[in-house]
Amino acid sequence: MSGSSAGGGAPPWVSNAVLPALNLAAALLVSAILIWLLGADPLAALKLLVAGAFGDSEAIGYTLYYATNFIFTGLAVAIAFHAGLFNIGAEGQAYIGGLGVGLLCLGLGGLPFILVLPLAILAAAAFGAGWAFIPAYLQAKRGSHIVITTIMFNFIASAVMTYLLVNVMIKPGQQSPETREFEPSAWLPFAHEILGYVGIEFGRSPLNLSFVWALICCVAFWVYVWHTRWGYRVRALGWNEHAAIYGGVAPARTVIVAMTISGALAGFVALNEIMGVQHRLLLNFTGGAGFVGIAVALMGRNHPIGIVLAAILFGALYQGGSEVSFEMPALTREMIVAIQGFIILMCGAFENLFRRRLVALLRPQPAAATG
Amino acid sequence: MGEFFFMLVLLVDSTLRVAAPLVLAALGGLFAERSGVVDIGLEGKMLGAAFAAAAAAAVTGSAWLGLAAAVGVSVMLALLHGYACITHAGNQVVSGMALNIVVAGLTVVVGNAWFQRGGQTPQLTGDARFAPIDLPLAKTLEDVPVIGALYSEIVSGHNILVYMAAIAVPLVGWFVYRTRFGLRLRAVGENPAAVDTAGISVSGLRYRALIVGGALCGLSGAYLSIAHNAAFIRDMSAGKGYLALAALIFGKWRPVPTLVACLLFAFADAIQVRLQGTALPLVGVIPVQFIQVLPYVLTVLLLAGFVGRAVAPKAIGIPYVKER
Amino acid sequence: MTAAVPGAIASRSPALEARGIDKRFGPVHANRNISLVVRRGTIHGIIGENGAGKSTLMGILYGFHQPDSGEIRVDGQVQRFRSPQDALKAGIGMVHQHFMLVEPFTVVENVVLGAEDTFRIEGSLVRARAELEKLGRDYHLEVDVDATVADLTVGQRQRVEILKALYRGAQILILDEPTGVLTPQEADHLFRILRALKAEGKTVILITHKLREVLDVTDTVTVVRRGEVVAEVATATTTKESLAELMVGRKVLLRVDKTPAKPGEVVLDVAGLRVRDSAGVERVKGVSFQVRRGEIVGIAGVAGNGQSELLEALAGIRPVSGGTLRWKGVDITDDAGVRTAKGMRRLGLGHVPEDRQRMGLVAEFAASESAILGYHDDAPYNRNIILDRRIVSRECERQMAEYDVRPPNANLQTLAFSGGNQQKIIVAREVGHNPDVLLVGQPTRGVDIGAIEFIHKRLVALRDAGKGILLVSVELDEILSLSDRILVMFDGILVGELSPGQANERTVGLMMAGIRSEAA
Repeated sequence: MSGSSAGGGAPPWVSNAVLPALNLAAALLVSAILIWLLGADPLAALKLLVAGAFGDSEAIGYTLYYATNFIFTGLAVAIAFHAGLFNIGAEGQAYIGGLGVGLLCLGLGGLPFILVLPLAILAAAAFGAGWAFIPAYLQAKRGSHIVITTIMFNFIASAVMTYLLVNVMIKPGQQSPETREFEPSAWLPFAHEILGYVGIEFGRSPLNLSFVWALICCVAFWVYVWHTRWGYRVRALGWNEHAAIYGGVAPARTVIVAMTISGALAGFVALNEIMGVQHRLLLNFTGGAGFVGIAVALMGRNHPIGIVLAAILFGALYQGGSEVSFEMPALTREMIVAIQGFIILMCGAFENLFRRRLVALLRPQPAAATG
Repeated sequence: MGEFFFMLVLLVDSTLRVAAPLVLAALGGLFAERSGVVDIGLEGKMLGAAFAAAAAAAVTGSAWLGLAAAVGVSVMLALLHGYACITHAGNQVVSGMALNIVVAGLTVVVGNAWFQRGGQTPQLTGDARFAPIDLPLAKTLEDVPVIGALYSEIVSGHNILVYMAAIAVPLVGWFVYRTRFGLRLRAVGENPAAVDTAGISVSGLRYRALIVGGALCGLSGAYLSIAHNAAFIRDMSAGKGYLALAALIFGKWRPVPTLVACLLFAFADAIQVRLQGTALPLVGVIPVQFIQVLPYVLTVLLLAGFVGRAVAPKAIGIPYVKER
Repeated sequence: MTAAVPGAIASRSPALEARGIDKRFGPVHANRNISLVVRRGTIHGIIGENGAGKSTLMGILYGFHQPDSGEIRVDGQVQRFRSPQDALKAGIGMVHQHFMLVEPFTVVENVVLGAEDTFRIEGSLVRARAELEKLGRDYHLEVDVDATVADLTVGQRQRVEILKALYRGAQILILDEPTGVLTPQEADHLFRILRALKAEGKTVILITHKLREVLDVTDTVTVVRRGEVVAEVATATTTKESLAELMVGRKVLLRVDKTPAKPGEVVLDVAGLRVRDSAGVERVKGVSFQVRRGEIVGIAGVAGNGQSELLEALAGIRPVSGGTLRWKGVDITDDAGVRTAKGMRRLGLGHVPEDRQRMGLVAEFAASESAILGYHDDAPYNRNIILDRRIVSRECERQMAEYDVRPPNANLQTLAFSGGNQQKIIVAREVGHNPDVLLVGQPTRGVDIGAIEFIHKRLVALRDAGKGILLVSVELDEILSLSDRILVMFDGILVGELSPGQANERTVGLMMAGIRSEAA
């Protein structure tokens, strides 16, 4: 099977397993040193973190609830990476996806759940995709650099949502800028409800049905990217635009397709947050998930299996991290943000740091096909 | 008429205050990007510098030591960016992004551990911050019609960093277009191979560009926490680094147009503050968000070629790897 | 002259000497124990096939690479170059194959870059301007010093490169494949410059794989093969045939065994075709020709005369700006559904692109994936929505066996294969889909001799199976040995047509220079 990334001369097992593990270890080591410098015991913090993230079914539920968001945004960033694009705008796309879900649930929330669910999925996808479509179109047709436009679109999304929530969609007679609560038929069932229904006891947590949808998206992503001609086009374009054009791939269309898929995946964050947990539309519900998605995609090497693992890791950091900050006041929640930054730094920016050395180490037997 | 004139003066005055950190950061970004290194890490450097300035000023009581700390931290961040992107040919956007996130987390964590104020630094007073400077004759001329108001309100009465920003523009212009370093800087962003074969180290040049850029960005961060405000507050850069980047692109990577873009964005901000809630004739109340997004929308339109065309340095974003 | 003793010794020692140079890049042993003596005031040729190690050697001589072992002497003095700057100080200047110029800069700014003597550049620019005018007069190196490089022609840019080296005081000038992008006239102008340099006592090292140039202009020639020096001879005592043999290591079959063509019906009919490049400049200015079944039509020409744009336009990658295009008699010029890379493939047009790394393959793909590039939407590989990787792999392995691709592993990344094997993967793919017309661009560029013969035989076999082939190559030998009809392209037009009987290096060479041959 083809790896998800160029080996740079390294065999796939090194590129896809050893290197990410090394990079992650380096990031965690830096974090441990930082924790130690702050006067806390890194090992104790780690124990607290693991217990807080996986200690009981409630903890696991919280961890997977966070991971749900990160799977969506990780996949979103990854599909763009496959097309050679850097989508920094997953945050804004998720935010606008929330607008779609919110409008639908406010308008049609009274319909039976079995109808609301597919419509909400479509709404989240359509709004997220729509918000990604504009930068994609500008990149494809006008050559505007997508990194910059998606950054700008995050700010624009934030302003649009603030305006709508403060001035338009706010529940009348209320101070905080949020909409009224949806009807219960527009709520995604919680995991403890579903599992309780079939007789399994599971702690109360925000984990809900959208986690299953995230896993379905992973499978669909895998099939699409590596086992369809459309995924072939996306990857061909991402690796070598000239070869893609030669091979009959339309670059503009492929960029737009990849980015709208990316936006749709990001939009699904709203299913988890808006439909699953908050049951209303409110400000800043995305909480930086779009940026975590960058770390998740980089660490997961743009492959669904890697993305799920990385998303659970970040879920554990978020969930376990709050336990840690409760016990160790020196380690505030922002510590997780810093660790997230270290992971992006090591897995992304410094990905060559160990690669070169490992490749050199593995070299003694000359490559199979030179000359 | 008199009232309108007075309002205009105040508008221009606050435009300058908002523009100063943008100008310093954008000029910092100019060095990095002209050398071929993408600098979306302006935001992080600004924030890190703002924290360092406030923390150092709070501990030492000296604004100047705060400024030095700000420059030091910003340059260190720039060097880390360089180590990833220049020495290890890492992805420049990823690296910048990572640094922004690291700094957003670290400033709060360290600030909290240090000062126990939920990530904030103690309030600065006296010599720990840069006070407004009254230029000579400002008081004397105050009552002279028009000219007096212009001089004493707009030209005089800013802190030293605003004047530094003002001087930085021609200085950077001279540096980039008239000196050996500038010639090489412009060359390395266009064709690093040409620079390399001319016997100049591409890495050395890019590192130096990042250091200069980092220093300028450090000034802008210090402005936020020890000149414009009197403490560090979490996330106090609030997107100003990205706005500076937008201004740099809007200014087509040239000093003077970049200054103009900064002033334009700052003016929009000043108007927004002033217009809050007031109804205008014909259009009524303009929501603040509309004016807030203006710089971002303008930048998108520019990048799309609907208002002019911005052509980036040719080698930007591509790590330089010696060919065999 | 009554020079001091060391100077006297120096003047008798060679301008440049390399002893036992050895260099590896990872597993590749690029230079093996290379020794070389270049006498002062001579033009010294270094020839070898692509990949023979010439460029590495040059990189070492001007300080871009550092040798693993061995030493370099300039004027008898041992030198250690850690960077091109060190080599420049020792008087060695380099003119690169791909020009090292900053396009938005003026000529004088480019020359001054890296040789500025003061912090402010004003003074340097003034001094350089005066110096350049003098150099220009002395060596036929006329260029407008205040012109922006982006506006200069290729020949002018090369002169800027030479000026750059001379301005830095180069006594020894190394030129890497300098005529690859030049027209014959520009090449002649270059040779005049080189002779003028030699007359002034400068030393010139000319790296090339073109035998004719070596024979024309050099005094001595060193032949490099597989990283080793295989011969160093005085040019006057050698012949083209013996140099060619030294270069490739055995007698070269200059002619491909083939029977006379039996041309059938016209498949591709091009009339008055015009094509613009990406910058909007018209590069193909009205060409007309036909390709019939059962013939190989060769297009000869110096690179950059519109051949690339012509091929890309025919392949549907680039739009045409004028003229008509007929396929089996049907006008398809304005048929938007057909005039795409995909549409043209569907019609039955195969395409082996000129630049295989840039276009022909995706280096990061598995070989099996690269082996379906362009055909990835086709029925045999797709079942409903699924791209069946087993079928793709099996098909690739079959092709690898047929074309003797080594190693025959369809799952290996494409970039792990050598140039020749990559090219075989492309040819197998394009020939394997049984096109009616095959466009072939530079099929053997950077390919080893064994693979060249194999690919040539395949092309002739395809012709004999009744298919039409349009061959574009800058290698005159290749055109002459494969083509049944030869068209010569110059500055966007076809300047003549020759049959293999009429064509030889001289007649085609004249036409490549834009001189219409009335006799033809």
